[in-house]
Amino acid sequence: MRHLFLLAAQSAWNRRLTLGMTLVAVMLSVTMLLGVERIRHDAREGFAHSVSGTDLIVGARTSPVQLMLYAVFRIGEATNNMRWQSYLDLAAHPAVAWAVPLSLGDSHHGFPVLGTSLGYFEHFRYGDDHALRLVVGLPFKEVFDTVLGAEVANQLGYKLGDHIVLTHGIGGIGGIEHGDKPFVVTGILAPTGTPVDRTVHIGLAAMEAIHLDWQGGAPLPGFSIPQQFVQKFDLTPKEITAVLVGLKSRAGVFKMQRYVADYAYEPLLAVLPGVALSQLWHVLGTVEQALLAVSAMVVAVGLAGLVAVVLAGLNERRRELAILRSVGARPGDVFVLLTLEGLFITLLGCVLGVTLLALLSAVVGPLVQARYGIEVAQRFVSVEELRLLAAVIAVGLAASLVPGYRAYKLSLADGLTPRL
Amino acid sequence: MSSAPVIRIEDLLFRWTAGGAPCLDIPGFEVAGGESIFLYGPSGSGKSTLLGLLGGVLVPERGSLCLLDVELIELSAAARDRFRADHVGFLFQQFNLIPYLSVIDNVLLPCRFSARRLQRASEGGRSVRDEVARLLDHLDIDTGLRRRAVTQLSVGQQQRVVAARALIGKPEIVIADEPTSALDAERQASFLDLLSHECGAAGSTLVFVSHDHRLAAGFSREIALPSINRVQGDAA
Repeated sequence: MRHLFLLAAQSAWNRRLTLGMTLVAVMLSVTMLLGVERIRHDAREGFAHSVSGTDLIVGARTSPVQLMLYAVFRIGEATNNMRWQSYLDLAAHPAVAWAVPLSLGDSHHGFPVLGTSLGYFEHFRYGDDHALRLVVGLPFKEVFDTVLGAEVANQLGYKLGDHIVLTHGIGGIGGIEHGDKPFVVTGILAPTGTPVDRTVHIGLAAMEAIHLDWQGGAPLPGFSIPQQFVQKFDLTPKEITAVLVGLKSRAGVFKMQRYVADYAYEPLLAVLPGVALSQLWHVLGTVEQALLAVSAMVVAVGLAGLVAVVLAGLNERRRELAILRSVGARPGDVFVLLTLEGLFITLLGCVLGVTLLALLSAVVGPLVQARYGIEVAQRFVSVEELRLLAAVIAVGLAASLVPGYRAYKLSLADGLTPRL
Repeated sequence: MSSAPVIRIEDLLFRWTAGGAPCLDIPGFEVAGGESIFLYGPSGSGKSTLLGLLGGVLVPERGSLCLLDVELIELSAAARDRFRADHVGFLFQQFNLIPYLSVIDNVLLPCRFSARRLQRASEGGRSVRDEVARLLDHLDIDTGLRRRAVTQLSVGQQQRVVAARALIGKPEIVIADEPTSALDAERQASFLDLLSHECGAAGSTLVFVSHDHRLAAGFSREIALPSINRVQGDAA
């Protein structure tokens, strides 16, 4: 067998240009297939990882998926806010252990700004029940204190005591700056691999304060309240975006959900994060399946090309095969020789595809993380990816049997003298 | 070599298609050990078919085909392939070399497929490489040529490399099918000399097939294929 491996390798090397192009096709198709799978997996993982320990997310009535997306993942915008009084009612409900208000809408260099209470740092959980942890500093104490997510501090190079200015609206460009009321960085959070890393946290009072002299999304002309005087105003918010709710007993979650749905003073919606996520997967599932199907087709095209190239080369190699027969090769050896060639290319294509994917993840991964908060894991191959690879190799082997069998038949018919 | 026949054919019949016209019908044919046979075969006389039978890639419909006292007909296809690898060296007209293998690897090919040839090539404590070098020396392929790609060799040089490949591991039988057809007359003669000499040195029985009578001189026996084949003309 060993000499057949060597012979197959030497023969393939002799036709390296055509086989090389085929190899590139197989490699790229494998990269695409695994890439789609990896993004799918990591997106799910990232989303599922981003919130835990929160029993309900409450906001103005909208679609559950949308509420989930803007409240937890800072994707999209709330179409409606909810009243502060509704939050107070929720927080006072006997079944509620804690309630953390969230107020969104401003940004800083494209990073979303979250107005919240100190309870956020105490109650918010992500991943496997991890609490938020400050690497340096303290949660906000004064009105214009801010706590930065790890990615914000890292990317913009902020440290404790730095002054930052927030921008109205969530678009990075064209927003009006709250230049008259800068914030002081008082704390920086440890990395979590969730959207928290990309968030600028301020107190609800601060959110109210920077908008005191604003009306309808713009500063009132000729009217400005200096920073040092904001304390003289009532900084209790009138509206917030959403509330994270923790219950005393998880068993009461549906009862609580009903309470929110029946809340008389304004239309509200309460979603269970897990349920909203599975709805999201349901929506995305079709897209994922379609993407995977397209990638599988691309792999099939690559392997079909491989078979075509090996088959096309076969006619020119009839004399070579006859020579091998004359020095003692069995038709079975010829079969193995040709099948090995296809298998070689498939295996090599898989190895190179995985390598290319690893390179791409290393280069593109940080961009995806910065932009979408999805952590692209820098692993080599996951079990699921290995399963896909095994499928590719199995199909590649099956496809390689075709030229193998054809060569087998040819060498049986040709014997020692090819009929050309 | 023993005096027992190296090749013995009795009452052999071969057809390409069942029920079709016979191609070979040979009542009897024997070659003794150590002989060098010139087998005259004009085109269409069933030459290639006979070579296929002797090589074990074709099987006769009936009769007996013994090489070295082994009845090929009784062997499985795989066993016939092994037998060929172990006991028979082949030379064909041209394009006999694997283009992507070096001169030395081409010569070594039979040893890759036959443990017996490998073992016989490395007899007497020498390495196989030494044996390859020795054969190539004898066949006038000097060291400079051995490093070249086989496609860069002249046809004459290529055929001498093929001769070395046929002879490595001292197979009992060497079958040559018009190996000199692409050579000019002078080179034909010197190649024939070399080949018969090396076959003699290796103790191999040489069966040289050609349609060219002029080459027959120097062989111990000349046989015309039409004279041993009952099927005549283009049917063969």
